[in-house]
Amino acid sequence: MAAVLTPEITGATDANSAQALVLKAESKNFNFFYGAFQALKNINMPIYDRKVTALIGPSGCGKSTYLRSFNRMHDLYPGNRYEGEIMMYPDSVNILAPTIDPIEVRMRISMVFQNPYPFPKSIFENVAYGLRVRGVNKKSVLEDKVEEALRGAALWNEVKDRLDSLAFNLSGGQQQRMCIARALATDPEILLFDEPTSALDPIATGAIEELVHDLKERVTILIVTHNMQQAARVSDFTAYMYLGEMIEFGVTDTIFVKPKHKATEDYITGRFG
Amino acid sequence: MASTLEAQIKAVPTVLTEGRESGRLAFKFSRNIKERIIEGLLFLAAASSVLTTFGIVYILVSESWQFFKAVPITAFLTDTQWTPLFADAHYGILVLLCGTLVTSFVALLVAVPMGTIIALYLSEFASFRVREFAKPVLELLAGVPTVIYGFFALLFVSPILQFFFPNLPGFSMLSAGLVMGIMIVPYISSLSEDAMRAVPMALREGSYAMGATRFQTALKVVTPAAFSGIAAAYILGVSRAVGETMVVAIAAGMQPNFTLNPMEPAATITSYIVQVALGDLPHGSIGYQTIFAAGLTLFLITLAFNILGYILRRKYKESY
Amino acid sequence: MATAELNRDLSAIRRLIAKAKRYDLAFSAVGFLFLAFGILVFTALLVDMAVSGAGRLSLDFFANFPSRRAEGAGILSAWVGSVMVMLVTAAFAIPFGVAAGVYLEEYARKNWFTDVIEINISNLAGVPSIVYGLLALGLFVYQFGFGQSVLSAGLTLALLILPIIIVATRESIRSIPQIIREGSYALGATKWQTTSHHILPYSLPGILTGVIIGLSRAIGETAPIITIGALTFIAFLPPSPITSSPPYFNFEWLASGFTVMPIQMFNWTSRPEEAFQANAAAAGLVLIVMTLSMNAFAIYLRYRLRKNIKW
Repeated sequence: MAAVLTPEITGATDANSAQALVLKAESKNFNFFYGAFQALKNINMPIYDRKVTALIGPSGCGKSTYLRSFNRMHDLYPGNRYEGEIMMYPDSVNILAPTIDPIEVRMRISMVFQNPYPFPKSIFENVAYGLRVRGVNKKSVLEDKVEEALRGAALWNEVKDRLDSLAFNLSGGQQQRMCIARALATDPEILLFDEPTSALDPIATGAIEELVHDLKERVTILIVTHNMQQAARVSDFTAYMYLGEMIEFGVTDTIFVKPKHKATEDYITGRFG
Repeated sequence: MASTLEAQIKAVPTVLTEGRESGRLAFKFSRNIKERIIEGLLFLAAASSVLTTFGIVYILVSESWQFFKAVPITAFLTDTQWTPLFADAHYGILVLLCGTLVTSFVALLVAVPMGTIIALYLSEFASFRVREFAKPVLELLAGVPTVIYGFFALLFVSPILQFFFPNLPGFSMLSAGLVMGIMIVPYISSLSEDAMRAVPMALREGSYAMGATRFQTALKVVTPAAFSGIAAAYILGVSRAVGETMVVAIAAGMQPNFTLNPMEPAATITSYIVQVALGDLPHGSIGYQTIFAAGLTLFLITLAFNILGYILRRKYKESY
Repeated sequence: MATAELNRDLSAIRRLIAKAKRYDLAFSAVGFLFLAFGILVFTALLVDMAVSGAGRLSLDFFANFPSRRAEGAGILSAWVGSVMVMLVTAAFAIPFGVAAGVYLEEYARKNWFTDVIEINISNLAGVPSIVYGLLALGLFVYQFGFGQSVLSAGLTLALLILPIIIVATRESIRSIPQIIREGSYALGATKWQTTSHHILPYSLPGILTGVIIGLSRAIGETAPIITIGALTFIAFLPPSPITSSPPYFNFEWLASGFTVMPIQMFNWTSRPEEAFQANAAAAGLVLIVMTLSMNAFAIYLRYRLRKNIKW
């Protein structure tokens, strides 16, 4: 289902629309509560298919909270409440509905966390974990998928000879790429990145950013980052959030050059945050 | 002006030659002595633990030394009879070891699965209220004196078992072992649960984010991550089972019996020592010395397990 | 790609999840059942004691000596003996245990000897109680010449529960934040002043809890006391520590023969006559009530006092 570019999107021009943007997901009047505290206020944001959307904003603005709503991570802890909808296309289903099983959502939407936490298993078993959970146990199938995922994460050449060694022994950057491979192995429709490079050195960061650029051809990406330059480098669309609200959403190039709202401009130029 | 500044600086004396001399120096010296004495006393209290171990090793070794002068160690380790109080005395520790082995095995057969499953359940599945209720109850279970467990085994569990196994004698290793197992469950479950709860939530999130269920996460991620702590719990459970005295003394009978069949009565190392202590053996006789030889064997076995458990526990505390 | 197709096939995903959730539910049920079984056994134990023994509980039971006639037998010598032995145990274990805990937490430097001490304590906690009995028999009873007395028993049990008290003291001290110590030192206090004015008072609740748990363990210990040679049929009491003539207080009771509650129960359990079994159950009931209430009190204390602490 193709969607039309709405005028509120900063930087929307006919040139963009020529690329036939397709809506993969969108949040509609989405509010979120940690107990009595309202962390997200009325978020309406489109997520376009096979594009990278970045969420930026100062600490505490709610960007991680928003991200973690997409794969229903909040369901793991008591006292949290969703209001509003997050629709996923092409099925047009609200993934926040109580009738929808969070496990099902997590099987279609994968996440890469800030700190790489490899499971205490071998590299092969780490990447294959998602497949095993889905009941795929045939060795040949697993081997193919693991290789494909590790290639997709640009890690294959470095680990192909030691797939059976413990994942703990990899460097930080390698561990994070392995976590990306782990998330990729199950062919997710949307890939969520929660500050994926804040624990990594600049070289590893660069490798991951390049990866994101390559991955977007296959999968929709939503990335939270507190590093604005990173957002400018990797994303197609950017959303600026502050205190639980979405202040501005638009094409990255335009937002960083000519943002519509003063609040956005203040944050981007470093006058604030 | 530079020159006047220099002049001003030169005018200030560089060494403080005037001022009140404090008398606190003397005070400090005596205070120091008092501190040192107190520290010494506290140190002695701490070092007394080392003295205790020395005492144990000394008494066990010195009395066993006397024993081994009369009985060759090869006979001790290989003889298949234990009849130290007969005219034709045999001193084969294997007989007692057998009893210890079988009762401990039965106990662990009960305690390890039950303790681990309870730990997993409390750590990963149970609601807050269930956990708040269950943990103190398990702690209380561990506080019941062992003589009461012995009574329970002999007069409650044995008759029930005899209902299912009519040929079961009144004293049996099965009955003692089963009750010992229940007794050890709180040790294994509480240590295992501590190890599981030490696994960081982030690791579980990684698993849930892949679409895993609670059971899959508990089995495939939490348990391997907590493994060394769980292994430490098992080892300490073994040590506890091997060293247990009253339950086996009361419920397993005190007849040395070289058998692997749990449905028979038998004596363990610990129940043998009790039997001798209940009787009247003259100090210094070889009968008296046998309990130290047996005790030395027991001490060495539990020492080995304790050290292993200590190493494993240190390992799991480090990894997270 | 198999999984890509799988993702689109929602009904297949749902069946997979449903199957996995069945395991979830099954394990949850099994875990709860095992837990319930454990608690059930505990309850059965309590009920068994109560049913078999409650009939024998009476004032006479507490005031009579054991005798060959089951109906007239009582636990007088046993519970008096237990109290006396506990006094000795507490008198040795508390000062030594707390002092050792304070030293290890506040004074000890990180060297090899401290490691040795710590490994020692950890090991002693796992030594079977009967080995302590052997130590006492060889050393206290014979070599030191204390004989089969209240003193020997008290010392043995003190050594047994020392690790418990040391660990409780250390954990309690460890929970005091560094800021408190720094505040004290910054005002010019010495180490001992800081320890005695701040560390000890603030860690007292935790220490108290450990002491109670240790003593409740000591009351129930049978094996080491049997090994020393506690008499199982005594029809006399140790001499009273308090006398009506000067010097009003003596130590003769320390050297006396004695018996304790768990041994009395053990002795009665070993008798085949059913009447004695009822006595054993009654003694067991008293013992269980004593230890459980001490344990429960300690748990409650730990909970209550923790609430008042603001760190």
